[in-house]
Amino acid sequence: MSFSIKKQGEICVVDVEGQLIVGNRQELKQKVLDELEKGEKKFLIDFSQTGYIDSSGLGVLVSLSKKIREQGGELRLANLNDDLKTLFELTKLDTLFQIADTRERALESF
Amino acid sequence: MTPAGESGPQRRDDHERVAFERLIPSDVREIEPIVEQVTRECRGLALSARQCALNVPVALTEALSNAILRGNRGVREKHVRVRAVVSDHALVLEVADEGTGFDLDACTIDPTSPGNLEREDGRGLFLMRSLMDRVERYADNAHNVVRLTLNRS
Repeated sequence: MSFSIKKQGEICVVDVEGQLIVGNRQELKQKVLDELEKGEKKFLIDFSQTGYIDSSGLGVLVSLSKKIREQGGELRLANLNDDLKTLFELTKLDTLFQIADTRERALESF
Repeated sequence: MTPAGESGPQRRDDHERVAFERLIPSDVREIEPIVEQVTRECRGLALSARQCALNVPVALTEALSNAILRGNRGVREKHVRVRAVVSDHALVLEVADEGTGFDLDACTIDPTSPGNLEREDGRGLFLMRSLMDRVERYADNAHNVVRLTLNRS
């Protein structure tokens, strides 16, 4: 499991490798909040290398989305596989997030 | 509950066997490796790719997380027992903690309702019940057990 953040233009792209679960969600949250504190406004989380996400991981995404919006920013998601899409549909979080099929489309959508 | 360590498959009766059993300390860092091991066991069963990649790992992670953080309140010295039982028809996952238990129905909220959609918490039991065919909770010798049943397709 690891999280990496790279800048692409004015967008912070976060890659989630492995699982996003109760044992590591705080690390992701802190990394994104650190960038938000530095003044970054646009965030894209790419799940192309993600296995599964639990309720704690989903909760962190909801929390980050709210905090980023409060600062006038945007959080978008990309590259959910079919299983992860099912998870977002079950919880109706697909209605809360802007989700793109690819990183490129997500980057273009900002 | 005393640490039992790893135990190999053992026959329970003609149609049921314990495929996996571990006792772990109450530490969320224990969750990922345990889930990986159980999921690996599942790949040898007649479960779908989705059941192996989504239903089992997410539901088991939720049950373990609840047991560690709520049942045992994160006290590392308290243990959580994980057991996977396979029968001809189903995979049964049992997660036992040292807590006092909870009311499954009363604690399950609908996280998809408009008022709950932006809550950070409250999706764990909902996911377990959505991803498994049956979720039960019962007391067993002063332990709180959550049993997850997934029918084999």
